[in-house]
Amino acid sequence: MSILINKETRVICQGITGSVGEFHTRGCLEYGTNMVGGVTPGKGGQKIAGLPVFDTVEEAVQATGANATMIFVPPAFAADAILEAIDAKLDVIVAVTEGIPALDMVRVYERVRSSKSVLIGPNCPGVITADECKIGIMPGYIHKRGKVGIMSRSGTLTYEAVWQTSNLGLGQTTCVGLGGDPIVGTSFIDVLARFQADDETEAILMIGEIGGTAEEEAAAFVKANVTKPVAAFIAGRTAPPGKRMGHAGAIISGGKGTAAEKIAALESAGIVVASTPAEMGQAMQQAIAAA
Amino acid sequence: MKIHEYQGKELFRKFGVTVLNGVVAETPQAARAAFAQLGGPLAVVKAQIHAGGRGKGTFIEQPEQRGVQLVRSADEAEQVAGRMLGNRLVTIQSGEEGKVVNRVFVEAGCDIDRELYLGIVLDRAAAKPVLMCSQEGGVEIEKVAAETPEKIFKEHFDPAQGLESYQVRKLCKKLGITGASIRAAEKFMKALCRMFVDLDCSLMEINPLVVTKSGDVIALDSKINFDDNGLFRHPELASLRDLSEEEESEVRAANAGLSYVKLDGNIGCLVNGAGLAMSTMDIIKHYGGEPANFLDVGGGADVDQVTEAFRILLADPNCKAVLVNIFGGIMRCSVIANALVTAAKTVGFNVPLVVRLEGTEVAEGRRILEQSDIDCITALDLADAAKKVVEAIGAVTAS
Repeated sequence: MSILINKETRVICQGITGSVGEFHTRGCLEYGTNMVGGVTPGKGGQKIAGLPVFDTVEEAVQATGANATMIFVPPAFAADAILEAIDAKLDVIVAVTEGIPALDMVRVYERVRSSKSVLIGPNCPGVITADECKIGIMPGYIHKRGKVGIMSRSGTLTYEAVWQTSNLGLGQTTCVGLGGDPIVGTSFIDVLARFQADDETEAILMIGEIGGTAEEEAAAFVKANVTKPVAAFIAGRTAPPGKRMGHAGAIISGGKGTAAEKIAALESAGIVVASTPAEMGQAMQQAIAAA
Repeated sequence: MKIHEYQGKELFRKFGVTVLNGVVAETPQAARAAFAQLGGPLAVVKAQIHAGGRGKGTFIEQPEQRGVQLVRSADEAEQVAGRMLGNRLVTIQSGEEGKVVNRVFVEAGCDIDRELYLGIVLDRAAAKPVLMCSQEGGVEIEKVAAETPEKIFKEHFDPAQGLESYQVRKLCKKLGITGASIRAAEKFMKALCRMFVDLDCSLMEINPLVVTKSGDVIALDSKINFDDNGLFRHPELASLRDLSEEEESEVRAANAGLSYVKLDGNIGCLVNGAGLAMSTMDIIKHYGGEPANFLDVGGGADVDQVTEAFRILLADPNCKAVLVNIFGGIMRCSVIANALVTAAKTVGFNVPLVVRLEGTEVAEGRRILEQSDIDCITALDLADAAKKVVEAIGAVTAS
């Protein structure tokens, strides 16, 4: 098994006629993802990468039976695109778009939480279940089917973690990129609950960063609900306060959201915390050995 | 994006948030005229910089002068402005080099009965904006939050609906605002929440918010940050940006589509992805080095952007070595390698260069570097790269 997506998942791309949308649609097809169509308002009837393009998500779902979407719509229109996907009752919505205004996400968050859809992102690399389905922009070849579930607030740092676990022979079930924005649809806790319930996932690797309190909340959840070995890494130990480190969500403000606080919370929950980003795979091995 | 106090107050006025009369002055003479124009027996001269803690801040050139001062005559307004303008004000938020004061705000005085604190931020955990108030106005609110969090009262609000009247009543009760001031507080708080939403703010702080002896509720200060992602909706705000308050190299990087933050160390870093860029800083520090910057070139950088990135890194006189760390996903290692070759030709490297490439088209990337005449140290993984760049720095500083 795996979580969220598998080879049965039928995926459309919102924003498929844009150069980025088309490029990654092709990348997902190459990986073996069951891509079934795309949506761009006003461009219905075209074909991109052999896939039919529709004007609305509703139409695309009716015609293709899609149950997941990958969104590359520009920031000004992305919130609306996510709302359209919620309205069409898609199971999994992956918003890759970077730069969506935070207050737009307040509106989207409320809607998605009261729906049956799961929103991953925005500003995320996507979700991948190794050898089955890739929805997003991550390089497929670094993934190797195995036993670790990975979840992360970062993009390329996730690749680093995937690469390390692949090279150590641990491999992955599903990797979820949660996104680097202040408000994202899915939290560490949501994914932890899914990994805990998934038979194939034997261990969990969590990659956090400075800013917010998501890691502290995850630590409390692990303590209370997770029986599988968990390892973690927190990026930004040396980041100065008040400076935004690339991601809109990665900022230490008012003395809150420091790496030290997060690491202390994680360690107190029995999580093995890697001291450098080069040791994420080893930390995972260590957590598994100790379990 | 941050703006100055006087600019924030102009916006407050537009949204119906009560402020006192005030005039901006760029010269001591203008400050003198401002005092006369306000027509009161006293006024307050306030240095305008993008950093809090001005009241307790001191000037490097004028150690006796604070960043905010009460004056009782036009002469005094002129003298105080003269001691502030052109000088560097150091506050708890400004960094030890301080910030040059280019403008002062001369504001009318008022009869303060009570000083309160009011702030609005986006509460990430609740995924909603939250209005926060405290009776502990005029002091460091971070300290109140850390030591006595029960003294901070919070009300979340729906951006579409704004703050509800019952929420204002709850807050007034806790703040001890009574009588006619409740109506003034309601107008004030609702207008502020509306402004937070309408202008895509990410932070708003009024410290202090005052209740006057006549019962008025007035914003005595304003600190406003806008969500950079929302600025495209507000072209009118662009003119409020003060580039002199920003790090020049950071502005240059932003113009090239790069995310760059200048730091105090001597190892320049060029990385793709924000998380990996932060981690690269962390691992350099772990092996005893000091990063000179945070730099994320993003996922789709081209040769021009990468070349500009190298120019920015090498323009920093503190930069004594450079570490390139790329985990190619969408970004192909061959593109980075070609950019490195181009940058070496056009910019020229006069410091040691350590390169770690991994991911998409890594073999091709390594081949390009080997066949070029660039003098670079290749590294196999993150730890190896960090160790090698720290060694290289050691060799440079020892020689």
